[in-house]
Amino acid sequence: MTEVQTLVKDLANKHGRKRESLIPILQGIIQKDRFISEHAMIEIARELDISSAEVFGTATFYSFLDTDTRGKYVIRVCKTITCSMKGKNQILLSLEDGLKVKVGDTTPDKKFTLLETNCLGWCHKAPAMLINDDVYTELTPESVRQIIEEYKKRDIRVE
Amino acid sequence: MGKKQLRRMDLIFANEHDYKEILSKTLKTPNQYIVEEMINSGLKGRGGAGFPTGLKWKLTAEAKGKTKYVICNADEGEPGTFKDREILTQVSYKVLTGMAVCSKITGAKKGYIYLRSEYKFLVPVLEKELSQFHLLCKENNLDFDVEIFLGSGAYICGEESALMESMEGKRGEPRNKPPFPTKSGYMGKPTVVNNVETLAHTFTIFKYGAKKFRDLGVQDSRGSKLFSISGDTPTPGIYELELGMTVQDFVDDFGDSDCKAVQVGGASGFLVPRKRFKETAIGYQGKLTGISLPTGGSMMLYNSSRSMYNVLDNYLDFFQEESCGQCTPCRVGCQQLVKGIEAVKRGEKKASYLDVLLKLTETMKVTAKCGLGQSVANSFQSIVANFREEMIY
Repeated sequence: MTEVQTLVKDLANKHGRKRESLIPILQGIIQKDRFISEHAMIEIARELDISSAEVFGTATFYSFLDTDTRGKYVIRVCKTITCSMKGKNQILLSLEDGLKVKVGDTTPDKKFTLLETNCLGWCHKAPAMLINDDVYTELTPESVRQIIEEYKKRDIRVE
Repeated sequence: MGKKQLRRMDLIFANEHDYKEILSKTLKTPNQYIVEEMINSGLKGRGGAGFPTGLKWKLTAEAKGKTKYVICNADEGEPGTFKDREILTQVSYKVLTGMAVCSKITGAKKGYIYLRSEYKFLVPVLEKELSQFHLLCKENNLDFDVEIFLGSGAYICGEESALMESMEGKRGEPRNKPPFPTKSGYMGKPTVVNNVETLAHTFTIFKYGAKKFRDLGVQDSRGSKLFSISGDTPTPGIYELELGMTVQDFVDDFGDSDCKAVQVGGASGFLVPRKRFKETAIGYQGKLTGISLPTGGSMMLYNSSRSMYNVLDNYLDFFQEESCGQCTPCRVGCQQLVKGIEAVKRGEKKASYLDVLLKLTETMKVTAKCGLGQSVANSFQSIVANFREEMIY
């Protein structure tokens, strides 16, 4: 069995093989791999005995169920009105500069993906962003740079 | 006359150490009495739609079928709202108490908290509270289990029928109504879907009785409400205020003395320009309150440094991305509105093209399938009508 097959099987054992289990399973893939590959979608379809088109249709509906290649750390910067008013663009520039990628791209070492997202619910502490599940608020171009450096270091330690 | 300070309330976040006793006591109270209290309190859905909560519980209790569900809608996605996260962080036991009592009344044995994935960091906090809660249910002989269902980043899933589709493992596309969830909801079974804040308010009613709640607010808009305040204000944050205040009173209290407009109810709500501050009240539509704007609690203030064109463009971009794409008026309508105002701004279309777009929003209002497509007209019309010049030049 491939790694993906094992993961899908484990997730199906945990969440069940009903249609209602689909989203928790997709979320499980994200949790581990940060994105859902075509291979994973076909395996899920097989495991749940539904059409792979159904899996694809469901996965692509949700913005947090990425189906394109993503880095280990997915950065989502809020672009809705209050964050936008409070300097979202400067935050993005600082991130683009620090990571040397444009919005929508992944760093060549597959560590970071930089994305924009809709309202995160931190308008009173704008601008805000998510890195995977962690929230960062009241950002400044400087604080963002520091946060990114932290993440870069964190990775070296792990390896 | 001096500035009138709005009355700040502290019902929702007040820590109630006797909540276990309140739960036991309420679970021993006859169903009919609780439902009557709920209806008498005048509590309406705090997600923004404003359906009477007591009636919702009553309809679900009366619906045929053995299997029923209670769902707490924590998919707080409207731009400018963040109060539900704070309720779940600080006083989730009140929300769970509301769900337990709802379970007793309706006979639902299973409950869900649909939590937006942006708030995933709350899961450990809630899991801890849930394990205590399940013990408490057992002590009170209540056969009720609550599970967290995590969303995956889709604004539309805050719409109750889309939320249930999503829980069933499908694309979050709203269903046709009727049938309403009280008859046919999650898995086709009778379901109560309540906003986080609504459930938290039920605790106040269980503890203090309907009268205390009813004494707050004005005709048709009873009780207090949490407001999520952001934008150009020196004091952004979450505030509990009585319903029925005018926008003027609100701005006097929270504005930065240069407020030119307030967006009430998020991107799907209405923009109130300065000249209408005095005559506009915040609350549910009622006969006695004049112009009255409903809100899920999102209040965004804009001062004179802001371009209302940028504001509208940002909202429309939001709707264009979050439209589920199921019905044509909303899918194509949102795209055309974005293209349209950008073309007018660039001078590629004449100013009169705005009137064509206004007509389009009118069409979307009557033909879109769900609240998302229907309510795009609210912000579009109120912004274009009041700041037409800013749209063009």
